[in-house]
Amino acid sequence: MAQIIDRILNRQPSSAHQAKERMRLILVHDRTNLSSEILEKLKDELIGVISRHIEVDEKGVRIEISQQGREQRLIADIPLRPATRRRLG
Amino acid sequence: MPAKVVTITSGKGGVGKTTATANIAAALASLGAKVVCIDADIGLRNLDVVLGLENRIVYDLVDVVEGRCRLRQAMIRDKRLPELYLIPAAQTRDKSAVSPSDMVRLCDELRPDFEWVFIDSPAGIERGFRNAIAPADLTIVITNPEVSAVRDADRIIGLIEAEEKGPPRLIINRIKLEMVKKGDMLSADDVLELLAIDLLGLIPEDEEVIISTNRGVPVALDGKSRAGQAFRNIAGRLRGEDIPFTELEDHQGSFLGQLTRFLRRGGG
Repeated sequence: MAQIIDRILNRQPSSAHQAKERMRLILVHDRTNLSSEILEKLKDELIGVISRHIEVDEKGVRIEISQQGREQRLIADIPLRPATRRRLG
Repeated sequence: MPAKVVTITSGKGGVGKTTATANIAAALASLGAKVVCIDADIGLRNLDVVLGLENRIVYDLVDVVEGRCRLRQAMIRDKRLPELYLIPAAQTRDKSAVSPSDMVRLCDELRPDFEWVFIDSPAGIERGFRNAIAPADLTIVITNPEVSAVRDADRIIGLIEAEEKGPPRLIINRIKLEMVKKGDMLSADDVLELLAIDLLGLIPEDEEVIISTNRGVPVALDGKSRAGQAFRNIAGRLRGEDIPFTELEDHQGSFLGQLTRFLRRGGG
């Protein structure tokens, strides 16, 4: 009980929670061999390729690996600049 | 019916592969099944000690593979369970003395005469691990609820899938329910969510494991031990019985649970 109160006062997450969050990130990296640097590079290159054909909102681009069971999926969310704004700008 | 070959592996050392192999095999044999276990950890022989059969070894796995004896001569019959046999690892050789195809051939020779063949894999991801999974019909990954063991288990699961020997089943060993309750240990649900494979068993931390291993008697043969019960449940599930995962429930903290444990210890 004392520990629970301590935790509430310190607002420190439990060590098991920390372990789980750390493991989540480690396992994504282990399974895919993708570091955050590579992911960042991939994002820049994707923006480059897509921008050749259509204008994208670079700040809004999100690239992440989603997990379903033991399957990994690369999810890219790339917002486009609205055509009207393009004409005005 | 030809035997099912089951390989128990983990990646990380010291998480309980040998203990699990000995206990699941003993539990199945105590139910009347004909079982043989193979110690595939060449150079670091241990399954014999856990089963209490260390004084009976004449020939080993490498002697069989290299043709110095017949398969039957290397099989040691258990003291207590007439349907349980052990093929010990060589102590003086290294993993390169046996190849994956040697293991496949050996298991094919055992299949007609047994219901279960258990292989205790060495730690690591090299030759010894590949030897151990080569003949497997089913692979079991065992881990502890700690970060390094879970990480290695994930790596091993990936390798088993790559060898098309999956999907493996998971055993989580040495769960300390008191620590889980305080938020200081990954829970079984946490580990299952991270590794995302089917659960086969949950083993609580239990001092009886060390005590019975000291004596060379598998804890699964001790009717009172909690870990022993967990191993018997795993044996039942392997036989196709639908046994719920009641180990998740904890009676350790309650007064009644503590009293029961105290009385058991006194009486045992």
